[in-house]
Amino acid sequence: MIVPLLHVLILAGILFVLGLVCVLVWRANIIMMLIGIEIMLNAAMLAFVGGANRWGAADGQVFALMIIAMTSAEVSLALALVVYLHRRKKTVNADEFNTMSG
Amino acid sequence: MWPPKGNHMGLPLQRKIMEQIIFYILAAATVIATVFSITERHAVHAIVYLVTSFFALAVIFYLLGAPLVAVFEVIIYAGAIMVLFMFVIMMLDLGHPEKVGTPGIRDWWPALVLAGVVFAAIVTIVAAATGSPAAGQAIGVREFALVLFQRYGVAIEIISMQLLFALVGALYLGRRQGKGEKP
Repeated sequence: MIVPLLHVLILAGILFVLGLVCVLVWRANIIMMLIGIEIMLNAAMLAFVGGANRWGAADGQVFALMIIAMTSAEVSLALALVVYLHRRKKTVNADEFNTMSG
Repeated sequence: MWPPKGNHMGLPLQRKIMEQIIFYILAAATVIATVFSITERHAVHAIVYLVTSFFALAVIFYLLGAPLVAVFEVIIYAGAIMVLFMFVIMMLDLGHPEKVGTPGIRDWWPALVLAGVVFAAIVTIVAAATGSPAAGQAIGVREFALVLFQRYGVAIEIISMQLLFALVGALYLGRRQGKGEKP
């Protein structure tokens, strides 16, 4: 391993915090919230890959691959929802979507 | 720790030092690009900064002995998902920063509190940690594929079904509404 596992985990932690801050600060903008979720999932992938390298097991990389597949499914559905909501209300401000009537 | 004392993987010492330097440079690039991305009010610029961050992260994955994950990061994350974001932003014409409200102090404080908690946890772990890099090893594509298809075959099936459901859901949500027809 080229660097200690701790340094990889610190980098993953910093990236996760940045994603979390993005989601919490841009609560009004759905696109920026999705970007924050992407950053957080990348930080989780980095932690998995670092663990796989540290212990020499491929399981961590397999789970990183699962995260990639899960993210692509999640993003395609979420962006379809964004397009649908934008067609109805002409905005991506999350505070505007406060009614349940169909 | 720095400077490296031993020669763990049988690598020449010089190459190991070079890989360490590249790792720290790429880590800095990733963090800085992500900070620019989350503070950018223009959505298209935010996506471009995020693609920069993902490329640096892909090279970090390669340095950590995961070439396949690095390739998938570039192809799927930077290539497909970010292009999907860009497509939706341009289709809905969201690239107008003057229409986006600036988050006020009311939006900032929960984020700052949570970030402070996590940074305190990181500092505590760093203060308690000792030791040098352990002897990790790179995992080739062959071992990765063997583990993936022998031990996690059921997970592959579940992931494929999940992608199918996402496809059906996106098709349902994205179709044009007919005359007076409820979606």
